[in-house]
Amino acid sequence: MTKKEIKSVLMEIVAEIIPDEDLTNLKGDIPIREQVEMDSMDFLDIIMELRKRYGIEVPEDDYMQLATLDSSVAYLEPRMRDL
Amino acid sequence: MMARKPNEARIVITGVGLTAPNGNNLAEFRESLLTGKSGIQKFNVRYMGEVFAGVCDFDPLRYQKKKELRRGTRAGSVAIYCAQEAIADAKLDLTCLDKSRIGIYVGITEHGNVDTEKQIYEIKQFNYDTTFVSHHYNPRIVANNPAGEVTLNMGITGPHYTLGAACAGGNIGLIQGFQMLLLGEVDLALAGGVSETIHAFGAFASFRSEGALASHADPEKACRPFDKNRNGVVVSEGGCIYLVERLGDALKRGAKIYGEIVGYATNSDAFDFVLPNAQRQAECMKLALNKAGISAGDIDIINTHATGTREGDAAECQAIREVFGNHINVYINNTKSYIGHTMGAAAALELAGNLPSFEDHIVHPTINVDQLDPECSFENLVINEPRKVDKVNYILNNSFGMLGINSVVIIRRFEE
Repeated sequence: MTKKEIKSVLMEIVAEIIPDEDLTNLKGDIPIREQVEMDSMDFLDIIMELRKRYGIEVPEDDYMQLATLDSSVAYLEPRMRDL
Repeated sequence: MMARKPNEARIVITGVGLTAPNGNNLAEFRESLLTGKSGIQKFNVRYMGEVFAGVCDFDPLRYQKKKELRRGTRAGSVAIYCAQEAIADAKLDLTCLDKSRIGIYVGITEHGNVDTEKQIYEIKQFNYDTTFVSHHYNPRIVANNPAGEVTLNMGITGPHYTLGAACAGGNIGLIQGFQMLLLGEVDLALAGGVSETIHAFGAFASFRSEGALASHADPEKACRPFDKNRNGVVVSEGGCIYLVERLGDALKRGAKIYGEIVGYATNSDAFDFVLPNAQRQAECMKLALNKAGISAGDIDIINTHATGTREGDAAECQAIREVFGNHINVYINNTKSYIGHTMGAAAALELAGNLPSFEDHIVHPTINVDQLDPECSFENLVINEPRKVDKVNYILNNSFGMLGINSVVIIRRFEE
């Protein structure tokens, strides 16, 4: 997967998790939870979806790496590039 | 006639919120009951395929966000819809109420099966790796979930809990609301029952194993209490939550009063896991009549619990005969013939469908009786066609459940 594809997948997952939010202006370099209503249980949904869809395990110590869209793509790219 | 109690000791129904397989508010539901409109259809259930069920089609997005729907349970969604509708029907404005003085008491038959089955189904796709169990699972399956979701949705900070009472749940929820108002624990009670049972295969499969799951060529004819050829239960979903308050408060704000809760009782068969016990059911009805301070002859309508099983219907009829003897002025009907068994919601929903009788003096019938079972024959069993009557002052609502739980509620037409 390319970085663009990974970002697209992440956006798809986030849209499913917080379906009432408008994501059109979501900025890549600002923490997602500062831009839209997303609590810790929603965040765990992202982790679960990555595990279910792609078999990716994100250890708890790495959760901060998924704070923004950009940092998420950077963290996931080495793990998803061969998918 | 007994002297009336003081207004603070009289508890009245001033709002009704419901969803049934054949109506999403009291007016629609009543219309269906008077026109013979069934709510039973073919329904697909995991592992079993097509079964018959009563399915509700209320719009959950009327009161919930999409995210709430994703996070919560079907029972929670049903409870939220009914509670919000009850508040609206009572013409109350939630923003002006002291939310710490509202209690939520929701009867359930069971809770958690739907999500438990779903989780096991999901992890099966991952070779039963339990790390795939959802972090949402626990808050979904705790027993207070349906009532708790109402508090989250409506910002109510008073007490909330469910009452596990098998198929008597709806009456028990209402009784609990009555008692908490009487004790002064709350000023408003949202009380009734809900069910999401059809979204798990377990209840259908278990009734089938018991030989008690209804079958018929036509789904709308499958549930047929009192018919000679009845052959079991149709499982349904639904909900009914009442807004209940002390009479003094209701009068002060000029509320519409549907009826006054004047009698109730609950007791136990101490007899069998599943079989009914006519003697204990009769005792329960007598206890409720005593509590209401009236005699059997005062009751105008008995809404039966009868589910369409051979033993259950016959036992209830025997119990009614023991209590009512030859009081042929008592009209008897049944609601499950239209909507199936809405489990935890059944008692509350079935009572609601009869409340308009206080005003329109019409008794809705039980449908699907093609060949009346002589064991279930009563002179004033209202069959297939509504019956116009001279007066309706008292309605007695029976509801019984597994493990021998019996419940009876008596509502009086409101008179100051």
